[in-house]
Amino acid sequence: MQTVLQHPLFTPILVTLVIVAVFPLLAGYIVLVERKVLADFQVRLGPMRVGPHGLLQPIADALKLLLKEDIIPADADRSIFWLAPVISTFTALTAFSVIPFSKTIYVADVNVGILVISAMSAVGILGIILGGWASNSHYPLLGALRSAAQLVSYEVALAFALLSGLMVAGTLSLQGIVQAQMQRGIWFVFSNYGFMIVPFVVYMIAATAETNRAPFDLPEAESELVAGFHTEYSGFRWALYFLAEYANIFVVASVAVTLFWGGWLRPFPSVKWLALLDYLVPLLVFAGSGAASLVLVKRLKDPLQQKVLVGAALLLVVAGLVYVIPAVNAAAIGPFWFLFKVSLVIYLMIWFRGTFPRFRYDQLMDIGWKWMIPIGMGAIVVNAALGMLPPR
Amino acid sequence: MLMDTILFYLFAALVLGGGILTITRRNAVHSAIFLILSLLGVAGLYLLQSAEFLFAVQIVLYVGGIMVLFLFVIMLVNLDQAAKEKQFNRQWTVALACAGLVGAEIFYFLAKGAGAFQLAKGTAEANTGMGNTERLADALFSQYLLPFEIASLLLLVAVVGSVVMAKKRI
Amino acid sequence: MPTSYAETYFPVLLQAVIAMAVAAGMLGASYLLGKRVRNRVKDMPYECGIEPTGSARERFSVKFYLVGMLFILFDIEAIFLYPWAVVYRELKMFAFLEMLVFIVLILSGFFYIWKKGALDWGETGERRFRKP
Repeated sequence: MQTVLQHPLFTPILVTLVIVAVFPLLAGYIVLVERKVLADFQVRLGPMRVGPHGLLQPIADALKLLLKEDIIPADADRSIFWLAPVISTFTALTAFSVIPFSKTIYVADVNVGILVISAMSAVGILGIILGGWASNSHYPLLGALRSAAQLVSYEVALAFALLSGLMVAGTLSLQGIVQAQMQRGIWFVFSNYGFMIVPFVVYMIAATAETNRAPFDLPEAESELVAGFHTEYSGFRWALYFLAEYANIFVVASVAVTLFWGGWLRPFPSVKWLALLDYLVPLLVFAGSGAASLVLVKRLKDPLQQKVLVGAALLLVVAGLVYVIPAVNAAAIGPFWFLFKVSLVIYLMIWFRGTFPRFRYDQLMDIGWKWMIPIGMGAIVVNAALGMLPPR
Repeated sequence: MLMDTILFYLFAALVLGGGILTITRRNAVHSAIFLILSLLGVAGLYLLQSAEFLFAVQIVLYVGGIMVLFLFVIMLVNLDQAAKEKQFNRQWTVALACAGLVGAEIFYFLAKGAGAFQLAKGTAEANTGMGNTERLADALFSQYLLPFEIASLLLLVAVVGSVVMAKKRI
Repeated sequence: MPTSYAETYFPVLLQAVIAMAVAAGMLGASYLLGKRVRNRVKDMPYECGIEPTGSARERFSVKFYLVGMLFILFDIEAIFLYPWAVVYRELKMFAFLEMLVFIVLILSGFFYIWKKGALDWGETGERRFRKP
């Protein structure tokens, strides 16, 4: 047993299995959160039927999709029709392998981590093009073309924004980037006299476009293209595209957090006495949300739903209390900060979707090429010049 | 070490198998997919040679960039007609001669052994100290400064050229 | 601590294989679980309810190829900048000047394609409305 635990591949394999097993479920819950938040923006209730406040909706959706009929259009290229969603999903999930969840929890710490993520998102484009082409139908082909042109355009802007961050970090390894922030005691977004906020904004806009999210969701603009490249996809094949999309959202949010917002570090990592934040924030987040859902229990009418919600609330409270134990805290605080920040970024992206109307195609291309790329390049030069200044 | 050997043969098989399937498929899109497999195999071989930066660049540029453009172009071609055309045309004699020449070259060097090559120094200490990217950068920005700036000129020419050639139809 | 590149990257390869297996496995499961009742109309490509017209594989604007081509060129430029970003803190002024030359060259190409209109997507939008 001891030898198994100490094998160098033990942690990577464990983390891999957890990612692959948990992420599909997590993606379902991100969708639920998104629907709930959007509903809130629009003064609706959102999913309420399955489980208390729709808490079991993702599981019901997954089961339904699994049991759907498997339809392949008559003129489709069958093998590529099968292959395309698999390419999208596997590239998106593979990108997780270089993300550092904490000091010790990661699959691999490679020297070119950020390039591995770029590479995976670049290969993911193929899944979209091939899917649209294989359907042999008008709307998917148009959607795939638009999507490919959009993705490649914003990939350049994304690369320039990443470069600004990497210049400050001085390494391409994601774990190394976090370590550099720890050594210098500053999150890179506040680095270079606060100028790093510019590349961060460019990154967020480009990342939103890269993940085909509103307001850049032209590839699946319902009003003109039905559903874009996955019009002909149904059942679980469609679900795979969906899974890939949410996996990509998680990955771009993780990169944003790692490169700009300190990864698994707490706020002000160099100020010693603020270590109490490590205890206070998880307690407030978990126990607070648990207490808040206990209040909601009274409003539910169905006794079974009440019991489920009480159980969920108690679980949250217990999770918050567990963080007070120092030994647990030391091990679990890294993933907490990381996932906490990632969920804030994902919330921001949902907020975008609830706020901005969709762009027209020429506007989309204009923003990408005439604004984001020049700004990204300018940011590199300004950052380089600021980095030349003598250290404070 | 054993793992390296296994992976080498795996990637080599990917490169060769992908290459053969690329030229034998009738459907151009299927060919493109096998070409992607072959390119991924090449990326793996780079990795085994400790060139991790090149490995990532190979995937980003070739698989993510150039193959996307290839697929764009293939989609323009009338595939049904292309599939009916003769797979191998009469240039095969020239191709065979070239292949034979390259094969002879390879066998010559294989027979002569490592002494036939002038190997650069420093490849042996690949795993010590600095990462691959840093070493590449140091070489690129000090020793090979001129080629680097020439590369940027070349890219400028390519940007201008691509627009000039497509301009008539914009 | 991993000693060779193969060992460092092996988990990544493993994750790729597992991810692919899971994706294919989920498709296989849905293939086995879902029922199948096929008919001609159901297998038709979707076209808002009417009979599909013409082949879907048609020609499209050359702009898409141009964007693809420009993307590759600018991506190569970005890739050249990655090694520089890593060492620029050590090389300081010298590398900065080198990169300034490089970026100026990129920008001149960029403004050339901008002026040539390669980045304009049609006469739609505001310009049309501004005409008297």
